[in-house]
Amino acid sequence: MSEKLRHRMQRAKRINALMTGVFTGIGGFFLGLIIALAGYIIIHGLMSYYPGLLSFTSKGIGNQLFNTVYLVFWALLISVPLGVLAGIYMAEYAGDTKLTRFIRVCIESLSSLPSIVIGLFGYLVFILMTGARWNLFAGALAVSILSLPSVTTTTEDAMRSLPRSYKAGSMALGATHWVTIVKVLLPACTPRIITGVILAAGRGFGEAAALLYTAGQSTRIMWNNWNLSSVTCPLNPFRPGETLALHIWVMRTEGALNPNSEKIANFSAAVLVIIVLAFSMTTRYLAGRYGKKQMGEKA
Amino acid sequence: MSSKFSINALHLYYGEFHALKNITLDIPEHEITALIGPSGCGKSTFLKTLNRMNDLEEGVRIEGQVTLDGTDIYKDMDAIELRKRVGMVFQQPNPFPKSIYENVAYGPRINGIHRKQELDEIVERSLRQAAIWDELKDRLNKSALGLSGGQQQRLCIARTLAVEPEVILMDEPTSALDPISTSRIEDLAIDLKDKYTIVIVTHNMQQASRISDNTAFFLLGELIEYNNTERLFSIPADKRTEDYITGRFG
Amino acid sequence: MSERFRKEYAGRGLVTLCGLLIIALTLAIGAFLIYQGTGTFYKFHHSLFEFLFSSNWSPMDNATEGGGHVGSAVYIAGSLMTCGLALLIAAPFSIGAAVFMTEISPKWGTRLLQPAVEIFVGIPSVVYGWIGLTILVPFIRDVFHAKMGGYSVLAAGIVLAVMIFPTITTVAADSIRSVPDYYRKAAYGLGSTRWQTIYKIVLPAAKTGILTGVILGLSRAFGEALAVAMVIGKTRAFPKNILSPTNNLTAAIAADMGNSASGGEQNMALWTMALLLYVISMIFIVLIHALGKERKE
Repeated sequence: MSEKLRHRMQRAKRINALMTGVFTGIGGFFLGLIIALAGYIIIHGLMSYYPGLLSFTSKGIGNQLFNTVYLVFWALLISVPLGVLAGIYMAEYAGDTKLTRFIRVCIESLSSLPSIVIGLFGYLVFILMTGARWNLFAGALAVSILSLPSVTTTTEDAMRSLPRSYKAGSMALGATHWVTIVKVLLPACTPRIITGVILAAGRGFGEAAALLYTAGQSTRIMWNNWNLSSVTCPLNPFRPGETLALHIWVMRTEGALNPNSEKIANFSAAVLVIIVLAFSMTTRYLAGRYGKKQMGEKA
Repeated sequence: MSSKFSINALHLYYGEFHALKNITLDIPEHEITALIGPSGCGKSTFLKTLNRMNDLEEGVRIEGQVTLDGTDIYKDMDAIELRKRVGMVFQQPNPFPKSIYENVAYGPRINGIHRKQELDEIVERSLRQAAIWDELKDRLNKSALGLSGGQQQRLCIARTLAVEPEVILMDEPTSALDPISTSRIEDLAIDLKDKYTIVIVTHNMQQASRISDNTAFFLLGELIEYNNTERLFSIPADKRTEDYITGRFG
Repeated sequence: MSERFRKEYAGRGLVTLCGLLIIALTLAIGAFLIYQGTGTFYKFHHSLFEFLFSSNWSPMDNATEGGGHVGSAVYIAGSLMTCGLALLIAAPFSIGAAVFMTEISPKWGTRLLQPAVEIFVGIPSVVYGWIGLTILVPFIRDVFHAKMGGYSVLAAGIVLAVMIFPTITTVAADSIRSVPDYYRKAAYGLGSTRWQTIYKIVLPAAKTGILTGVILGLSRAFGEALAVAMVIGKTRAFPKNILSPTNNLTAAIAADMGNSASGGEQNMALWTMALLLYVISMIFIVLIHALGKERKE
């Protein structure tokens, strides 16, 4: 081996070691960043707690927390059935036609629309055109537009990844296509759909831009008012319903009005991140358990 | 012996590909008919024409006539009704991701049987017929995916029996199984022929000669020879049949 | 029998309807945006050129009267600069992280970095904005002695970079994973080091996939509203450098849409901005499709 070649090889090895170090450094950097970021948000946020902050009054964030959960509940109630049914269509009935391809383009463009644009659409159609004032239900509709594409795609993918033998087995027993879908295919991919829905819910919890001009930036709830048609009844979806994420935004824009705004925003951010972490861990756990279950328990 | 199926001048095309060419044969009732031939010869394709499973594939075109008890299954019968009368067992065991009980009860349920007692009876009877009741009776609520391959295949046979078909199509039902499971399935097939008509695709010639009453030899989409199994294996009429069963090709 | 077929057709009809609903929804959003967004040109007779390239922004804010100016160049430039900066920061790091989790240490990659990436995705954008506002902005103010108290293109760029990092990393990692293993084996067999294999063989083979990830990230950055709005300083002027504040499309919409008279000149101009965002996101989709086609060939 010539001296020159040996030299080159050593150089290549040195560069290799250096680059391995660089990549490991980048990986470590992001890991450190997320731990620092999540840790800071949660710890700093929880430390900003003061008595009454969790109360369900105009001083606490309890109402906003309730609105967040209630809004996501409505959003899922709308988008999950529609998305699952549309996903079934895409996986089972849509052939390779122009219509199918067009639906695919539509799903893709819906999912890549900026959420502020969807918020504006919601503002125009659900608020301005109906003549309503800001309301939680309009916000739920906007969020359901955001989660519809992902529920549809998850369902379609889950159904397509099922073994073809399930369908063949059911059809060979004289089941119709629809019965096969409802009784065999859909149950078989329920765990994956649930995982997808939880993921969509997590995103809904943190959504703010789409709610700015739909759900409204204020909330007033009387917890002893159970008259569903009243605008202060907690369960009436047709009332202004500021969510936790929006609350952080509001605390910044109207911060001067409230001396505690920074603490409120810190704490709200911590609560949001804890919820999101909990959701992400649940999906991981479910996905892992689903993987094991697919293998079957050897009895 | 009367014919269950009568196939007359059947042609099948996958798009441009002529997969089955002018097949004519009768399948007798309460007997086991074996379809043999090298892979790609069209025997599985032919099997699927008998319960119209090829309807599920795209680009399939069929000419000719297939009758079940004298009724044209492509013209005068609905595919769903046909498949209830003509059940199928697949090459790979394909239990649903449900419990053992739910797998067997699936067929009766979709046919409108919902009474628990009636379902229990059907499940037990079907599992007994498939000679697997004793092995499984204590864990009917366990997932079917946890069973061994041989057990899964017998479960799939039980699932087919639960619909009370007249004919059972078996598409290389033992090719994924070990020798012990294979012989159990073969015994089971022989037991079942008193009540059912069985058509079995196999590329194992010993299997065909062990269990079948009639054998059809397919080659390149054509039916080369069809005869009583003993006759076909001892004095094949066609040179190609002889070459195949003596292992000269395929 | 007929009962079954009724169910079969009803079921089929129902799911088809839901498929068609997605089309209807997409078309409705597009139609409304086009209808509202073109008002600037038809109702108030501004030119597209003025909207895109003039920086004179003084629209009238009442329902009927026109005659103001709707030059949105500052907002457009603000969007372009913040997104460009975000990409400059995020792309090398994201691709590096993708290489780490696929080629250097798949074990730690799936165990630690993958969940970390998922958490990055999960943190709501207002929270990113809030952290940017309370930590990053003061930091920039103190370290670089920025004039406007740290509200700057730099702050927006960094916040966006953190937000698009998971998108680019995930897509790039998928694309690197799908490079066939025999490429690597062939390279190692010829005596390449791991870095040489990555740099000369794996990355070029995964190029279009990585580019797709970059575009997806860019698309997310363009559409992000509140996080940017919190740190950009909302100053209607071209930034002198990356430490200056400016404004962008999404922040302008978020801040002013609710305060403008419906159907007025300013309101319409904001809708035109939304339409522009919509058009940009469509352009990104077309780009991604073009890349996908190239990949197949």
